[in-house]
Amino acid sequence: MKNNNPIWDFFASVKLALFTLFILSITSIIGTVIPQKESAQWYIDKYGDSTANLFQILSFTPDMYGSAWFLFLLGLLCLNLIVCSLERFPGVWRQIKADNLNIPVNRLEKMTPQHQWHSPIKPESVASSLKQALNANGWKAEERKVDDGILLFAQQGAITRTGVYIVHTSILIIFAGALIGSFLGFKGSVMLPETRTTDKIYAFDTQAPIDLGFEVRCDSFNMEFYANGMPKFYRSQLAILENGKVIKEKAIMVNDPLTYKGITFYQSSYQAYQEFLITIVNKKTGVSESAIIPYQQQQNMQESGIRLGIINAEGQGQSVIRMKIWFTDDNGEPSVFWLDNGEQATVERSTSNYTISAKQMYATGLQVAKDPGVWVVYAGCFLMIIGLIVAFFMSHRRIWLYIREDTDNMSSILLTGNANKNKADFEKKMQLLAQQINTI
Amino acid sequence: MDSSQLIGITTFTYLFSTILYAVIFIFKTKRLETIATIFTIIAFLIQTAGIGLRWLESYQLGIGRAPLTNMYESVVFFAWTIILVYLIIEWKYKTRIIGVFAVPFAFLAMAYASFSSGLTKEIVPLIPALQSNWLIAHVVTCFIGYAAFAIAAGLGIMYLIKNTSETRQSTNDSTLLGSLPPLKVIDDITHKTMVFGFLWLSIGIITGAIWANSAWGTYWSWDPKETWSLITWFVYAITLHARYTRGWGGTRIAWLAIVGFISVIFTYYGVNFLLSGLHSYGAN
Repeated sequence: MKNNNPIWDFFASVKLALFTLFILSITSIIGTVIPQKESAQWYIDKYGDSTANLFQILSFTPDMYGSAWFLFLLGLLCLNLIVCSLERFPGVWRQIKADNLNIPVNRLEKMTPQHQWHSPIKPESVASSLKQALNANGWKAEERKVDDGILLFAQQGAITRTGVYIVHTSILIIFAGALIGSFLGFKGSVMLPETRTTDKIYAFDTQAPIDLGFEVRCDSFNMEFYANGMPKFYRSQLAILENGKVIKEKAIMVNDPLTYKGITFYQSSYQAYQEFLITIVNKKTGVSESAIIPYQQQQNMQESGIRLGIINAEGQGQSVIRMKIWFTDDNGEPSVFWLDNGEQATVERSTSNYTISAKQMYATGLQVAKDPGVWVVYAGCFLMIIGLIVAFFMSHRRIWLYIREDTDNMSSILLTGNANKNKADFEKKMQLLAQQINTI
Repeated sequence: MDSSQLIGITTFTYLFSTILYAVIFIFKTKRLETIATIFTIIAFLIQTAGIGLRWLESYQLGIGRAPLTNMYESVVFFAWTIILVYLIIEWKYKTRIIGVFAVPFAFLAMAYASFSSGLTKEIVPLIPALQSNWLIAHVVTCFIGYAAFAIAAGLGIMYLIKNTSETRQSTNDSTLLGSLPPLKVIDDITHKTMVFGFLWLSIGIITGAIWANSAWGTYWSWDPKETWSLITWFVYAITLHARYTRGWGGTRIAWLAIVGFISVIFTYYGVNFLLSGLHSYGAN
């Protein structure tokens, strides 16, 4: 990979990385100040014609982070990461695989930290004892005879030199996951009324219908509020159908979606209708009848001939809390009474008693996403954390011992070493090691 | 005794801690050093009890949730993490002077939490979006990162003050600033604190992304909070690269530690009040 191509060098430079990160930081601010993904009219109303126009020309609106120039910057960062890593990794790999016993003795003599001592035994015996001692301390030593002595070498964490490349790779994996998601996935939404089924949802950006390949039905939607009026939960009971058969059922809530065939349904919003689901049970005959009736419209039940309507309602916002029902079976005066939403009441008539329940109709707002890249992104994130820990907190530590014959079968021993990070910590460890082995 | 009283006491104990560290710094009263540390630890324990009690109280109210969900609670937690990270640094580097530049951040956070009229101190239940197991993981990791960056900025300020006085070589100042660690040491601790913060910020952004995906089906939507957290991440990424590959150090890194923390503050606080987005519930 090493060559002197100026274009290659340009893309391999850290200067370019610093520059790109800097430009990305500065330009990213723009899209946080100018609201994104609003309509053209919204921008004109807010900023005036000419400014709105300028923003659009510069792609600041409506989607700066998806604009060509922003994606170009992200692409430049990726290219820079790739080239820079390709450029530097072979050198790092050589360092990991280096023959550390092939080192001039005078270089060892200049290295710090350094510990020296003497031993009354022959170099060969000293070397083998030291080797054993190092092994006992977790240092696997190699040995080689050199000029006029013996060299021992041991290292720990050589592979941690790859930490920074693990991080770089993880970023590329995250980008790859994002690309997979944007090409092979979709994001959309659907407003699905209770009891209804759909096999389509609508894309966020274009509103184009997207076929699900199966059907989803909303059996019911309900929500609850805390005493202070804050929402407690929104819950939709969903069913997945294939060929008219229910395959899967789940009550989804915010933070607890339903996934089927890689497509996930998220509880996102709701809409309250001015329609009510009414169920009437004749207690004498046991006959049950249901109908969806609009607000303030009289409904004739087909089988029983009962006529009823919701003549008044009280609520909070769009949500009805209780409603006033007008009910007659044409035997005597009509019954008029208040009923809480979702509750039931008994109506006593001269011919029979009826149980009547009423519930306001809702549509659940679902966000629907298919993102086959998400696990790639997560894998990249996981790798990034591993890489950051390796890159920042783990070091490559190397120690050398040079044993030389002194006089009369005596040995002189030199212990030295280095670490590529956390040098102070390494020096302490060397000190301890020297204390342990300098009696040999 | 309820949680708000304990948390209220914390404000004053951190003020007192700040004063103790300042006295050590200015008058070089070595005898006070251990006292300052012990006092800060006690203040920290009081705050821990306060936060724990608030958690317990939420269960008594039938709400039952971690006290990490609105601006008031997060500012209190921010102060807590600053002291936690500071105490670790003090223990690791055996220097108490950093306290002069770190503990005031915790005091300021607590003072803001206690006295600002804009923050609701009530324990309110969680809206549906916040009801997630990722809440604690996301908030805790982010704030460990933020706390480290706060201390790095404090160290940056310390470096610049000491550096200015050394270049001026005025004898008056050097007696006062003589007690500060050598520039090389400050530089090294600043760097290590930023590295520590960077790891936690990364985990914080990742847990946030996973949470967003489980709530909305999008792990990244370029909402202002997300974007600013990324900008902050870029600032520290630039700083670390400049140091590792271009040998930056000293004044430039000190300034970057300060710039980075300004970005943190904007991510944390500015976005909620000046911009709109998914995290807007944090605004009260």
